[in-house]
Amino acid sequence: MAQKTIRQALHEALAQEMRRDPRVVIMGEDVSGGAGTPGGRDAAGGVLGVTKGLIAEFGEERVIDTPITESAIMGAAAGAAATGLRPVAELMFSDFLGVCFDQIYNQAAKFRYMFGGKARTPLVIRTMIGAGRSAAAQHSQSPYGIFTSVPGLKVVVPSNAYDAKGLLIQAIRDDDPVIFCEHKLMYDLKTKVPDEAYTIPFGEASIVRDGDDVTIVALARMVHYASEAAEKLAREGIDCEIIDPRTTSPLDQDTILDSVARTGRLVVVDEATPRCSMAADIAALVAENAFAALKAPIRRVTAPHTPVPFAPVLEKLYIPNADRISAAVRDVHGYAR
Amino acid sequence: MSITAITMPKWGLTMTEGKVVQWLKPQGASFTNGEELLEIETTKITNVLEADANGTLARIVAPEGTTLPIGALLAVVAPETTPAAEIDAFVADFVVPEPAEEPPAEAEAAGPRTVDIGGRTLRYLERGSGVPVLLLHGFGADLNSWMFTQPALAEGCRTIALELPGHGGSTKDVGAGNLNALADAVEAALAGLGIEQMHLVGHSMGGAVAAAVAIRKPERAATLTLIASAGLGPEINATFIEGFVRASRRKDAEAVLRLLVRDPGLVSRTMVEDVLRNKRIDGATQALETVAHAWFPGGQQTVDLVAAVDALTTPVQVIWGRDDRIIPMTHASALATRLPVIIVEQAGHLPHMEKAGAVNDLIRRFVKA
Repeated sequence: MAQKTIRQALHEALAQEMRRDPRVVIMGEDVSGGAGTPGGRDAAGGVLGVTKGLIAEFGEERVIDTPITESAIMGAAAGAAATGLRPVAELMFSDFLGVCFDQIYNQAAKFRYMFGGKARTPLVIRTMIGAGRSAAAQHSQSPYGIFTSVPGLKVVVPSNAYDAKGLLIQAIRDDDPVIFCEHKLMYDLKTKVPDEAYTIPFGEASIVRDGDDVTIVALARMVHYASEAAEKLAREGIDCEIIDPRTTSPLDQDTILDSVARTGRLVVVDEATPRCSMAADIAALVAENAFAALKAPIRRVTAPHTPVPFAPVLEKLYIPNADRISAAVRDVHGYAR
Repeated sequence: MSITAITMPKWGLTMTEGKVVQWLKPQGASFTNGEELLEIETTKITNVLEADANGTLARIVAPEGTTLPIGALLAVVAPETTPAAEIDAFVADFVVPEPAEEPPAEAEAAGPRTVDIGGRTLRYLERGSGVPVLLLHGFGADLNSWMFTQPALAEGCRTIALELPGHGGSTKDVGAGNLNALADAVEAALAGLGIEQMHLVGHSMGGAVAAAVAIRKPERAATLTLIASAGLGPEINATFIEGFVRASRRKDAEAVLRLLVRDPGLVSRTMVEDVLRNKRIDGATQALETVAHAWFPGGQQTVDLVAAVDALTTPVQVIWGRDDRIIPMTHASALATRLPVIIVEQAGHLPHMEKAGAVNDLIRRFVKA
């Protein structure tokens, strides 16, 4: 089986679903990429090259470059989904959610409920998250917690290429609005990915590593830092179990609770800010449902409650890393009442 | 007399390291060829490492519970009279061979390949050279079913683990999905691979397909080994078949896979994940449904090969795990008056994985005879 990057995996998912279902269209700023440049349409294929080649195969009817107006993109996509298409709309940076949140939060997310279950909104919003490129405070956030807090939205946060392809195909075939978050530093990460189309069900966490001492729940890029920490900790005799929820809505509560029931210790790693976040949500879930199993306080390893710094030195401090995760794990592992 | 090493074996394509679960022989004990030395846990399943010669376990180097890469030193074998200093020196000088860093193209070539069968493709893994041995897995399985069998048989044989339509990396177009459809596909693959005569080894549903290949052209089959085979009696565990087809989540898949083995602890997370990865491919679940409906509607087997297998002039052996919860062991005992039947103790429906050493020996001996 071939190794593929997340970029290739996402491209393959889009192309295969567009071939399978003529209702699937993509739209967003520069999704063909290159219009008006010497290279012409498709010269770039989106800001990160994910959609390159799609306009050549599917034409501009189905690969729609939009004006720079997120509210119009999301409004048009929500309407198209409600009236029979299956749009994959791009919100280039998730940081821009503010200008189109009405269309997502108060429209698309509410259709099914407000029309008595008769309306379907098979909409996918692909969006970039994450710090680490010195893209400053307005282009580096990870607001999947905000999306997760909205009933009616499903939220996907993949950490590798295999999951990214299966979850994107699942998202396109799903009849509800799905926010699909792509970490901007992970597009070149490779893993084995089947050539065929396949789906991964939402709400099924992946167990990245087995262990009996401490449960680490980590999201997106943090899964890789957690794995790095767990390798080191194993040499110290601490066996970590790493859970990657893959989707934050629905959240696979059972896998997390089953694991903590066994280990009695939980560290949650989340690149987002800590208040009202996934880390807070998962900590509350465990405190409420697995209190008796806990042998130590729950620890959260997150960004601080500040905007993302532009300065590379500060940004590096801002993002959780393997050392901070290891310290938190040692802390809960060595905890004595 | 020389000092030799027992090292971490490589079982299956994906194994990179293993965990020493338990030593079955204490330090200082002598052992004979084929005796069980230790249990090793891989990410897929736990297996027993057997001695490949007589010797004395002079020094256990890897304590229970340690995880080590392939090729790492587990123990030192040396005559009882060897001075401790010589063993110390052997341990100190031992160098774990670097895993071969093959360039991707070669690594791909050494992995599974596909064979065209009239517009559809079947995936197979070939190992070794010599007399061809065809390995056919059971319902819902793939070539990894033979991860312990194939390396053992590949010493001296050209082994081919072929994936049936609807399974593993093979086509999801199963046609009618019944015995004839699967046997046709296997025959087409054999033609594509240029194999005219071979030893046949089949497990469960793959056993019935192997038998059908032998029945169609008896001169083609040198021997036939049937492991917990379908087609030899009416009963089959409907809970397993239906549960396997339905399972799309880890918990459900794990529950049904545990039915396959005597010791449910053998079912690892990776084994469950691999099954789910196969099942998630577009068309895989429908293919399994078609096959299940053709072979096992309402928990009864439609294929009955007892008389035809009985009439074969090809040498046939039947192997079954005593604690099989998928197809009852009584199907084997019913044949025992007419065919050689070997009941494997402490094994469920996967004796070739649960008791790999014993079953490998049975197949090797039968193929060589």
